[in-house]
Amino acid sequence: MLNKINEIVAKVAGKPVNIATDESLFDSGLLDSFALTDLVTALEAEFKITVPDSDLNPRKFDTLDKIASYVENLQ
Amino acid sequence: MAFLRGFGKYLPERVVTNAEMAAHLEVEADWIREMSGIEERRFAGDGESVAAMGAAAGLDALTRSGVGVGELGLILVSSGTAERRFPGPAAEIQHRLGAAQAIAMDVPMASAGALFALAQAERWAGRAGKVLVVASERMSDVAMTAPMEKGTAMLFGDGAGACVVDRDGGRARIVDFELGTDGSNASELRLEFGAPLHMNGRSVIMHASRKVPAAINAVLSRAGLAAADLRTILMHQANANLIAKIAQTLGVEAGKFYSNIARYGNTSSASMLIAARDWDEGFAPGDKVMFAAFGAGYQWGAMLVEGS
Repeated sequence: MLNKINEIVAKVAGKPVNIATDESLFDSGLLDSFALTDLVTALEAEFKITVPDSDLNPRKFDTLDKIASYVENLQ
Repeated sequence: MAFLRGFGKYLPERVVTNAEMAAHLEVEADWIREMSGIEERRFAGDGESVAAMGAAAGLDALTRSGVGVGELGLILVSSGTAERRFPGPAAEIQHRLGAAQAIAMDVPMASAGALFALAQAERWAGRAGKVLVVASERMSDVAMTAPMEKGTAMLFGDGAGACVVDRDGGRARIVDFELGTDGSNASELRLEFGAPLHMNGRSVIMHASRKVPAAINAVLSRAGLAAADLRTILMHQANANLIAKIAQTLGVEAGKFYSNIARYGNTSSASMLIAARDWDEGFAPGDKVMFAAFGAGYQWGAMLVEGS
């Protein structure tokens, strides 16, 4: 799961993900606000999930760990 | 049924360039342009209150529509920056225009306020006949209130836009609209009394990037149209990068969206009608034009009009 999410983040960011799994994707400069939307869309496509509007909270997608946890709970 | 007859605007004379704003905020001017597409904005002076700017924009719209003040049945005014709790600017605008026969109502909403006011006008036009929709904002007062968040303060400018909605005819018919509200995010973009503007930019962009295309697509679907069928999209001028993102989601070129944000910045609820006034090339019969907005609340929506 983490490896796949790492790949998706790298693709959206356009650069390798060389940060800890609990480090902020935004504070590290990997993703900006506009890339966040692309990330959610990519997660939906890859894991065949639908992120409801009520879950559109940037804090849920702030780190690789949080994303993995969120996707696991939704699957 | 209701029609759009014409648009109006008022912009303060004072131009605040990115260089001036950058020096004030201690950032680089190029950073402002890269982050927002904004090159300059207008700041209101002492005599340019929300009501004064709104009345001027309203008069411009009436003149361009060939409608007399005495013909108005209703004035609707959106603003998120009214100077006092009550009365709102609608009553003062009615007085400034000399439209004593018209009732006046406030729509106290930032950003998406003009779109919601247009939707209300469509519903009221059957009773009121001619409705003047005004959106007026003094964003500089709140955006420049310390402590300032640089990425927020650099966005905003002042101004007013207006539109005459008429039951009996006009240049474009209001075909359909889709509105939405999500109060669970009310705290993410808010302006408390006596406090600086708070905006969680990531949350705003995340929601706007999905909700606005969804609203546009809902209206298009009901009309049996695709985004490519639209002549243009007149959206709240929030941020050039957000507009580009929404265009990408819709699968159209960013050029499909009219944009004047470089000149005026984000004037909150006023921006959509100011953009309409600047775009106003004239509606050819059958032209499809989409209005769209997103803002505090969250509140958002889209409205399809067709040249008549």
